[in-house]
Amino acid sequence: MDFDADAGVREEPAEAGKLQLGNNSHQLAFFYHVRRKPMSNAIIPLLVDSLASAALIFFAAVGLTLVFSVLRVLNVAHGSLYSIGGYVAASICLFIASRQLNPYLSFAALFFSAVFVAVIFGPLIERSLIRWTYGKSEAVQILVTFGLFLILEDLQRMTFGVQSFYEDAPMRLLGTSSIGGIVYLNYQIALIAMALLVVIGLRLLINHTRLGRLTTAVVTDREMAQSIGIDTNKIFILAFSLGVFLAALGGALATPTSGVAPGLGADTMVLAFAVAAIGGLGQIEGAAVASLIVGLARVLAIYLAPSLDAVAPYLAMLAVLLIRPYGLFGSMTARRI
Amino acid sequence: MLTLAIAKGLAALGVAVLLRSGLISIGHAMFFAASAYGVAFLARAGVNDFGGLLVLSVLAAALVGAAVGSFLVRYRAIFFAMLNLAVSMVFFALCAKLYGVTGGTDGMPIPIPGMFGVAMAEPVFKSVLFYLSLSLMVLVGIAVQRYLNSPLGQALSAVHTNEIRLEYLGIPVWAVLLVAYVISAALAGLGGAIAGFAIGRVAPDFAFWTASGHLVLVAVLGGIGGVPGAFLGALFLELLHSVAASVTDAWNLIVGMALIIVIMFMPQGFYGLFSRKEASSL
Repeated sequence: MDFDADAGVREEPAEAGKLQLGNNSHQLAFFYHVRRKPMSNAIIPLLVDSLASAALIFFAAVGLTLVFSVLRVLNVAHGSLYSIGGYVAASICLFIASRQLNPYLSFAALFFSAVFVAVIFGPLIERSLIRWTYGKSEAVQILVTFGLFLILEDLQRMTFGVQSFYEDAPMRLLGTSSIGGIVYLNYQIALIAMALLVVIGLRLLINHTRLGRLTTAVVTDREMAQSIGIDTNKIFILAFSLGVFLAALGGALATPTSGVAPGLGADTMVLAFAVAAIGGLGQIEGAAVASLIVGLARVLAIYLAPSLDAVAPYLAMLAVLLIRPYGLFGSMTARRI
Repeated sequence: MLTLAIAKGLAALGVAVLLRSGLISIGHAMFFAASAYGVAFLARAGVNDFGGLLVLSVLAAALVGAAVGSFLVRYRAIFFAMLNLAVSMVFFALCAKLYGVTGGTDGMPIPIPGMFGVAMAEPVFKSVLFYLSLSLMVLVGIAVQRYLNSPLGQALSAVHTNEIRLEYLGIPVWAVLLVAYVISAALAGLGGAIAGFAIGRVAPDFAFWTASGHLVLVAVLGGIGGVPGAFLGALFLELLHSVAASVTDAWNLIVGMALIIVIMFMPQGFYGLFSRKEASSL
């Protein structure tokens, strides 16, 4: 219970709840400027908003789902890796800004920080902790990764402090466009494009590369894969690192729009959970479709019933899981990636 | 502080009951919070008797548990965990957003109740609360022990081991689990009500998913082998907290490491250290 423990994660008890809900609304803060328009010509901005919101959630969720499908471990610490990606990206961007370097470097910084986090944390976590939980019960896996989550949350706090980081250079650089008199941010479009790129990239990786085929073999039958000489350890490290990379990339890409603050990891985690569950655990396309649903639900909630925006994703999750317990794309037995 | 440890121990005991059947709930903080909110609402409505508040709010948590449990016990493993999470997050978000009803993120105050018509000053109430919760802990502990040793409780471990065999024996697994779910919700509610009294305020953070995680953590730290485990876990965590807080503020870090070490090297938790007999590990 968290009265005291939480005050640790999110300093200033009085601010705790606000800060953390603040994140949610903050994350969508830049969607608000189109809200003045009457509902009738709000279709396009609504769509852009939903898609951009979906894209951000998608990065976190697809990493989670990928790791689950290959390693069969539900990584509760996934949200922390997302926020670490955000912190690293924001730090580098602030450094670039303070040294008056070419501001376009910040785009490279977003990408580089995701790679950095993946290279550092991916192999480390997989080798030390996750590997130990293979074949153990879900309870053990969830608890070990929850322990990791607690550790990472505190490490972040010790490294980056409790203030929020905000650096929107990449967003400002891309500027705005208007369709039919409605202004939206180009950064939103870039986010959507990146998410599409990730879906296509993962598909290509899985279906058309040797590594992808090896991974599919491991997912389908781990023992058989081992017995024909596939180095499953290598596959696991790579898959986990890729998951970390996607999470960190999501965090990095989210910073220009929403900033990072303590508590982001916990928020992202549950959202990614919801999305992965709606799509069916282990389903990449499922995660994509589910992100769309959750993004749309959130933005619709903001337009129609602002007080419900934080509830919408979970209501969607409940609705889907009660009807299809294994998610939209999931199935009970066969697990694809 | 010790009162809080007992409160958490009671709630963790609720989680431990479900863990017996292999079901892990990352959502029990909801019942914890529901009961604390129940106390706050009842107090606002004019109920000002400790016993009445406690019984009614635990009843409220049990009712919520029955409602939620009746459709959640159909699920197993990760889906059970996730649905609990989803329900509790809906609850959390509603508590945080419905400013007019629940006071939003500011939470609601819980006034000091009277006991048998006697009004008390805060320090007196705190110590009375401590002894009351201590005796409640013992009573409830014995009751839960009896429940776990009864056929209904034994069936929980059987669900974990082989559910289908249980169905063949003609035992309705659904009912077994629902009873366990309601009991565990009531236990979490009891803990929540006590915590509410001890803190004097309830906020949506009570129901946030990390709070649920901490409950599971306490249950596992203590060891799910027996009733004392949950309390041992809660006590250990509180002690660790006060020690750690005096040295460093990175207390989550220490708890996280302790959790991982315990799971890796003592799969039966602290209770396993004391109990040589075969305790049901995870």
